Amino acid sequence: MADGNGKPKAQMLDELEKGPWPSFVKEIKKAAETSPVCHDLMGQLEVSYEEKRSHWKHGGIVGVLGYGGGVIGRYSDLPDQFPNVAHFHTLRVNHPSGWFYTSDALRTLCDIWERHGSGLTNMHGSTGDIVFLGTKTDELEPTFKELTEAGFDLGGSGSVMRTPSCCVGQARCEWACYDTMAACDDITRTYQDELHRPAFPYKFKFKFSGCPNDCVAAIARADLSIIGTWRDDIQQDDAAVAEYAASGLNIQKDVCNRCPTHCMEWDGKKLTIENKECVRCMHCINVMPKALRPGKEKGAAILIGAKAPILQGALLSSVLIPFVPAEELLDTLKELVSRIWDFWGEYGKNRERIGELIQRVGMANFLDGIGLDPVPEMVGSPRDNPYIYFQGKDGDQGT
Amino acid sequence: MAVAIEALADEMYKMVAETQGKKNLKALDLTKAMIAKYGEAECSKDDCKHAIRQLIDSGRCVYSYFGGSFITLPHKEGAAPE
Ligand code: SF4
Ligand code: SF4
Repeated sequence: MADGNGKPKAQMLDELEKGPWPSFVKEIKKAAETSPVCHDLMGQLEVSYEEKRSHWKHGGIVGVLGYGGGVIGRYSDLPDQFPNVAHFHTLRVNHPSGWFYTSDALRTLCDIWERHGSGLTNMHGSTGDIVFLGTKTDELEPTFKELTEAGFDLGGSGSVMRTPSCCVGQARCEWACYDTMAACDDITRTYQDELHRPAFPYKFKFKFSGCPNDCVAAIARADLSIIGTWRDDIQQDDAAVAEYAASGLNIQKDVCNRCPTHCMEWDGKKLTIENKECVRCMHCINVMPKALRPGKEKGAAILIGAKAPILQGALLSSVLIPFVPAEELLDTLKELVSRIWDFWGEYGKNRERIGELIQRVGMANFLDGIGLDPVPEMVGSPRDNPYIYFQGKDGDQGT
Repeated sequence: MAVAIEALADEMYKMVAETQGKKNLKALDLTKAMIAKYGEAECSKDDCKHAIRQLIDSGRCVYSYFGGSFITLPHKEGAAPE
């Protein structure tokens, strides 16, 4: 389907180039000048917009030899019309922790992909992987060979541990309460089998954020969220607080009134924080970064069970371990993960995320199953049903 | 005496071949079936993991995706154009 100039017919796609924002159509059109794959991709996409339906078929092929993930098989159902996208498989490539690349590494990746695929990439997919869009079955093994020679590996797809991801952490950010990049890299290397060989009921995502700002949105997306926090008091520089006030910051309105637990007081000269009421939301620190900092006793909270809505609705994480000192984090995490995976493997249904399993069996049973005692920090909100009676230890009705 | 990895792999292969086209099996299904048959003392989860690795690396079975990840016999891609 082409116009008189041999260019793909793209009236509907042209609409997506309008406006001041970046346009994927503009990029594919540029690539189509030299790539027949991109030319056919535009053509098929235009047909899909006209007919309001997808012309991709998914499934089947999942990896290279020995791997059960990293490739998402995709085929056109209009192969006669668009032969160059008859196969259009996606490869997920494990990104480096924190997404740091040298320009040389980026060129290497792009060159590999231009040799073996469409040249189109998605930097990065929602899990964090480098996404290579569009190649033929015959090109999968040669692409993988070149990637591994260049020091890269495929990421996860299907019922595996998905490629772990983390924020830039201590590499660039002063708020990081633990080394997110080291933790992410360690977990990725430790669980290579779980990443490449599907053995779970469904996907399992780790995300590491260095502080409660949670730049990788772990709390909303990861089955296991590791979010940096601190145990002692917020570090406070009173002179710097005064400077903020002098430069016009309305500390009462913009800091104290917005503290979710109202644990801050400003008398016009001195800021007082009732630290035991602080829930480490980072708001005050974000507003006055020169005056306030996370405490000195740093570590992370481990939370469980978030997911985006796919089969069932979205879930946010629940606290599993409120605080682990930074130096104990990896050992604690590995011990915990093996118990969680055992429980999930035993009781999880096909395509049931860990958060859904916890909802189904109840948090109390889950904690019992993994051998963890309940603690108050696990309670998301106080109970609001007054018709609950507690049994005393001797069987008497308690209060 | 613990069951040999090769023997486990053979049993698993048989299960996959017998159910092909009727029921898709996951790695967990194969593991649970082997443990149920031999008991955990004779056949650990780790043994099963190694047996599955052998099945896949030898090319006798492949991983496939049908809404979840399954272990199947090698097959022509159903969705691939003729
Ligand atoms: S999550 Fe916190 S530590 Fe990580 S980059 Fe964001 S602000 Fe910095
Ligand atoms: S971190 Fe959040 S909860 Fe704690 S004192 Fe600051 S604004 Fe309040």
